[in-house]
Amino acid sequence: MICLPVPDAAIVERRASILRALRELVAPGNVVEDDTRLAAYETDALTAYRQRPLAVVLPETTAEVAAVLQFAHREGVKVVPRGAGTSLSGGAIPAADAIVVALGKFNRILEIDYANRCVVAQCGVTNLAISHAVAGEGFYYAPDPSSQIACTIGGNVAENSGGVHCLKYGLTTNNVLGVELVTPQGEVVRLGGKHLDAGHYDLLGLTVGSEGLIGIVTEVTVRILRRPQTARALLIGFPSVESAGACVAAVIGSGIIPAGMEMMDRPAIAAAEAFVNVGYPLDVEALLIVELDGPAVEVDYLIERVRVIAEQNAAAGIRVSTSERERLAFWAGRKAAFPAVGRLSPDYYCMDGTIPRRELPRVLREINAMQARYGLRVANVFHAGDGNLHPLILYDANVPGETDRAEAFGFDILKLCVDVGGVLTGEHGVGLEKRDLMTYQFGPVDLEIQHRVKHAFDPDVRFNPGKVFPTLRRCAEQGREHVHVGAERFPHLPRF
Amino acid sequence: MTHETRGGVLRPRDAADVAAVVADARRPLEPVAGGTKRAVGRPVEADLLDLAGLAGIVTYEPAELVLTAHAATPLATLEAALAAHGQRLAFEPPDFGALLGASSAQTIGGILGANLSGSRRVAGGAARDHFLGFAGVSGRGERFKAGGKVVKNVTGYDLPKLMAGSWGTLAIFTEVTLRVVPAPELDRTLVVPGATPAASVALLCAALGSPHDVSAAGFDPARGSLLRLEGFAASVEARTAALCADLRCQPAEVVDGAASRRLWRAHASAEALAASPVVWRISVPPTDAPAVLERLRPDRYLLDWGGGLIHAAYGGVDAARVRGAFTAGHATLLKAGAAERAATAVFQPQPAVAAAAAARLKAAFDPRGILNPGRMG
Repeated sequence: MICLPVPDAAIVERRASILRALRELVAPGNVVEDDTRLAAYETDALTAYRQRPLAVVLPETTAEVAAVLQFAHREGVKVVPRGAGTSLSGGAIPAADAIVVALGKFNRILEIDYANRCVVAQCGVTNLAISHAVAGEGFYYAPDPSSQIACTIGGNVAENSGGVHCLKYGLTTNNVLGVELVTPQGEVVRLGGKHLDAGHYDLLGLTVGSEGLIGIVTEVTVRILRRPQTARALLIGFPSVESAGACVAAVIGSGIIPAGMEMMDRPAIAAAEAFVNVGYPLDVEALLIVELDGPAVEVDYLIERVRVIAEQNAAAGIRVSTSERERLAFWAGRKAAFPAVGRLSPDYYCMDGTIPRRELPRVLREINAMQARYGLRVANVFHAGDGNLHPLILYDANVPGETDRAEAFGFDILKLCVDVGGVLTGEHGVGLEKRDLMTYQFGPVDLEIQHRVKHAFDPDVRFNPGKVFPTLRRCAEQGREHVHVGAERFPHLPRF
Repeated sequence: MTHETRGGVLRPRDAADVAAVVADARRPLEPVAGGTKRAVGRPVEADLLDLAGLAGIVTYEPAELVLTAHAATPLATLEAALAAHGQRLAFEPPDFGALLGASSAQTIGGILGANLSGSRRVAGGAARDHFLGFAGVSGRGERFKAGGKVVKNVTGYDLPKLMAGSWGTLAIFTEVTLRVVPAPELDRTLVVPGATPAASVALLCAALGSPHDVSAAGFDPARGSLLRLEGFAASVEARTAALCADLRCQPAEVVDGAASRRLWRAHASAEALAASPVVWRISVPPTDAPAVLERLRPDRYLLDWGGGLIHAAYGGVDAARVRGAFTAGHATLLKAGAAERAATAVFQPQPAVAAAAAARLKAAFDPRGILNPGRMG
């Protein structure tokens, strides 16, 4: 059970005057204050936790954001930035004494510059909208988090979001050229731009992945790439997780960086196949999807090389896509893995650790052992190329104690990731969810130094309170609330 | 005190020594290892902290694409280890030894501290993009770590990014972890002769915007436009033909293999400008380059990153002319005499809000001003 921060009663008491002041700062109707509308902002995709915010403000311009933040700075009010609210780590969960600055109205693409291969977009533009805007000219934006139809580019910057293609094309941080940042004091600064690298300290690099703790990004300049000429995939079954892991290592060891390389274990394969019926083999312990993209001649060549490597690593069956339709079918099961697992169980909890790939067999063995200990089942999907593991813990929140058990199980998995040389989070962020585990990965001095960085921007510690750093000494009682089947937020979003 | 001191130079043997030296320091320290980039930045009045003892690869697992090394490991050592497994650093660090008149060998810590990236920057990312984690010592003499030793990690602030390009003013690396990548089967450079800067930049940008995976795009007025294709041999052959057809260009020369690698290292390291006393390194949006060059009026120059990187050489320092030549971007005075560097903002002056944040970060890591004080202005 993760604690939400205890609200400052003095601020909560001043709610009426704070709302009045906010109404002066933004356009009419852009301060949300009634309970019905506030309910929409109570949580993000970590739905077990919810908190009604003090107020929600919907600015339309950078000047309005600056004015709101100047007001909050002057009055000592906390601020929680929010994009689409799709964070899986609770990064956008409000606080009872905080103003939520929701950036949905920042929804315009400002400039497309093909010659310099970049797009300038307001922070509330969705990830996929950027790719759509440049698709006609054969370009796209590479990072592709599974929530890309809903998640915003500003949220991607805050979380340094990944996706299935980041082994080859990088995370958000490797694809962002510049931002406009409004500081906790309400000052506006541009970091980076259409040029490369920083002329002084890399404040842009620090901003990406800072989880809304050092300011609000209102505009983003991203690099766009030409869409590869072709993409093909292999679907490979293995008799053991070890042989699948050895195949992944051999592919990379032979100098091939696939566009995507995804692994599923037996429970995940079974769930996916039952859900979408795309012909996944049910008699294997592990399934690998390897996608190659690039010029046709290169892709054809590499498909054959990967096929040979798979055969040398005890592959139990290999299919190669011969059409775009078949390639998408290979992916359909993987992309439906989360909802498919959701059918096996009333609730599931998705973890996000990264491990050195060589440790995969050990980690899966230990997760298996933990299943018995916690009395809960797990299905594993794995961004195998970069070692990012997504165990899905199945539980039933209606059974008393099971939610706490699932959470404890998840935390043990993340600690195991750290024990084998990995990290707590590969792409979902620390947020509220993994805050209390930070002391497991980092020592006191490591965390103290990160605190000092936070203080260099936000000395009053008002931005996104209760996230990332385990500083809370008291625990508010409210917080987690039971959300059950069918009440999942963003049920339309694929999760992978 | 456990470290050795010889000739007024502090020579720590390990990370614990570094922490002890910094904690005990009563005067500023200038951390060095290869010392090849000491002539970059404002001159610093400080005791030398020679980190050369912190050398050697700690772990290298080719299949994980991750390498951890002590910070003062020479680049050559690292590159040799990678080459033995068919891998390399994606960011292709330049070597400014010849340009700056340094005869020693640069180290990986120095490269990361300067965030120095070569010609593949435009396609494969910068040094900072491949810098996964580090252990180091703050200006307070604290040992700490940040980032991780896996290729995908978003746990906590991305301090490797902040450290890359901080020129040893925030912390001293003792150990660094890098992402590495497979080396290509074939690298090939197409030399397209002639052209004005404007025509060349148009060609370079079209090449980088093509689907043919161009991994470097530069212009050397003495040779022409330079385009590089890397990868599996069959793919490089096919892309060579497709690129030339798309761009309607006919390369005068096709340079393969080691010769191609030498060409780019010399180009990214601005070796052709070594005779000039003053060289600026200027980053601008690629398509701005031709107009910026007209205002820069350098004695000599080289373009890289599709036009986005200009190395401009002069007989003397005229910061107003250089920094007045562009509206978007930044200029670093890469090479100049000590007196000129002392009198010039070597790094790009920042807007007030960013400068204030940078000053607070400096104070957070190094409140006593022990590490390279004043080097970045």
